[in-house]
Amino acid sequence: MIEANLPVLLIVIPMITAPLCVLAGRGRIAYAMSLLASVLVFAIAVALVIKVGDSGTIRYELGGWEPPYGIEYVVDRLSSFMAMFVSALGMIVLFYAPHSVNKEIQPSKHYLFYATYLLCMTGLLGICVTGDLFNVFVFLEISSLSSYALISLGRTRRAPLSALQYLIVGSIGATFILIGIGLLYQMTGTLNMADIASRIDTIDGPRTIMVAFAFLTVGLCVKMAVFPLHTWLPGAYTYAPSVVTCFIAATATKVSVYAFIRLVYGIMTPKFAFELLPLDSALMVFSLIGIFVASTAAVFQDDVKRLLAYSSVAQIGYMLLGVSMSNIDGLTAGIVHMFNHALIKGGLFMVAGCFILRLGSSRLSDWAGAGRTMPWTGFAWAIGGLGLIGVPMTAGFISKWLLLTAAMQNGWWPVAALMLLSSLLAVAYVWKVVETLYFSEPSDAVVASTEAPAGMLIPTYAIIGCVVLFGIWTTYSAGLAAAAAAELLGATP
Amino acid sequence: MTMVQALGLYNYWVVVFLMMTGFYIVIARRNLIKSILGLNIFQTSVFLLYISMGKIDGATAPIVPPDIAAAAAHHGDHHSDHHGHGEHAGHGVVDHGVDHGVDGATEIAHEAAHSATGYVAMTGIDAENIVYSNPLPSVLMLTAIVVGIATTALALALIVRVREDYGTVEEDEILQINQEEWAAGRERAAKKKKASPGVSAR
Repeated sequence: MIEANLPVLLIVIPMITAPLCVLAGRGRIAYAMSLLASVLVFAIAVALVIKVGDSGTIRYELGGWEPPYGIEYVVDRLSSFMAMFVSALGMIVLFYAPHSVNKEIQPSKHYLFYATYLLCMTGLLGICVTGDLFNVFVFLEISSLSSYALISLGRTRRAPLSALQYLIVGSIGATFILIGIGLLYQMTGTLNMADIASRIDTIDGPRTIMVAFAFLTVGLCVKMAVFPLHTWLPGAYTYAPSVVTCFIAATATKVSVYAFIRLVYGIMTPKFAFELLPLDSALMVFSLIGIFVASTAAVFQDDVKRLLAYSSVAQIGYMLLGVSMSNIDGLTAGIVHMFNHALIKGGLFMVAGCFILRLGSSRLSDWAGAGRTMPWTGFAWAIGGLGLIGVPMTAGFISKWLLLTAAMQNGWWPVAALMLLSSLLAVAYVWKVVETLYFSEPSDAVVASTEAPAGMLIPTYAIIGCVVLFGIWTTYSAGLAAAAAAELLGATP
Repeated sequence: MTMVQALGLYNYWVVVFLMMTGFYIVIARRNLIKSILGLNIFQTSVFLLYISMGKIDGATAPIVPPDIAAAAAHHGDHHSDHHGHGEHAGHGVVDHGVDHGVDGATEIAHEAAHSATGYVAMTGIDAENIVYSNPLPSVLMLTAIVVGIATTALALALIVRVREDYGTVEEDEILQINQEEWAAGRERAAKKKKASPGVSAR
């Protein structure tokens, strides 16, 4: 009974727990409930990964309505992998949350914070498992609306302003997606993704399909924060509470990349997107410009959260480079980089959260010498930073290595060279922080500070440990990603 | 495309006009409230797009008229006299209502029956070739409208917070305040830097 309903429980558990948190009305009870829900969701996601690995794609008919009339949830290798790491990050960030939340958010708002957090998770997981295009829009809006609310909880007055700017840009993106879905529906008369894929004529289809694809691509690019459309991201990540930044930076943009992969490989075909339309070269150009511009911008930031935010914009570029290569290695690299980058960036933002808890500032100049008074936190930054650069033995190396091999297979030598060059920029901004942490004279405030509490350090090290673990042992990162990529390319020859 | 064809698509012209108007307002207006209004116009144009695509000329709402439903159930093989069947079927529905004792519904049904014309007779729809509009786009838009309302409500709540903190809803003024704050912070940091060698020497 429970086993058959796992795909929907993944969504229902956090969705039901959110209003229960509001009803509880007390921060501690709400925290306990949301923690329990996130652990359950993670267990379900792991069970789904195992089940899909054993017996293939799971199709779940919501309410027993047969697709394409009813909504269908489809859990295949890629979606179970996404759901697994989104729920894992959601759970670990919740373990990390209490100290930081107590300091940064008013006590009277705690229960609302946890409820909104669960709603955001619901939306993100929903995008991963749904097989219905309109359902993607609904879940996208659930996660977006709750993330606007979460971002606005930040301490400074810049937080509501950044949330509002994100809201305006994000809603335009979502409306573009809605237009695209409408046009596809107009051409095919169905909203089920598999059904659209079988009915759509991508070779000689009317121009409407092309327009629909363009709207969907631009809308998703806004949500992914691809280079020229990334303007909402630095502000939102910088001024949100630390916990919110950890969660959203680790998961939200990746889930949009996932939706984009589904669109290109699941609904349209790579042939349509990359051969009939020059999407691959467009993506490549924007990714590379994004990588260089955003990495350069990151080097010159004084605020560490903003620095990491610009680095996120650059890293999205690597993922899209992988997706645009449309061979199996490239796609594998793109998918595994989503996972690895979620770990690395989640971990680094958690480290930043530890420093902010103790030093009360995210400015790098206020962190001078903090590596000596907070050695464990400083060391975690160093490891995470190595992962971000892509040093061997870290998760970042695996994805960059795969991406390089894929680029060489395609004969994209300049791309490979530029990627290596861009890693130097990552060295520059990671080193800048390390240098300040270890080789600057500490100020009085830093001397007076103590190591971050164990309740935050343990989850941080759990993630940072994974960065190293998945740099050596890749069965469950690159292995699962390669299987997912093979399935995607096999399904749409 | 001939003139008639172009005019026939008038609802799509309205959609495009509203879409561009809304989008332009979002981009061009520096007042936060006006931006949100533009966003609303933009979203509304998409509602119209969906609703237009579900509508078919001369089609009726996708509810099987009671008389036709009954006719199909009772007299599926006799199609000669639509009016007669219509009236008869109308009564059938009334009886059904009485059986279940639903007062309001019975009253309405009675009235309809006493006016002596079924739905088919009233509207003059050809019962054999009846065409229904697609209800799905309208239903999807109900969801989208809810999402739009939630977005607007959240945006307005955020604007209230911004207004409380900055004392204005003009984006230019807010940016100026932020810039001044940033410059002041930089000055403070520079002063600290100058003072810090003394601190470390001590």
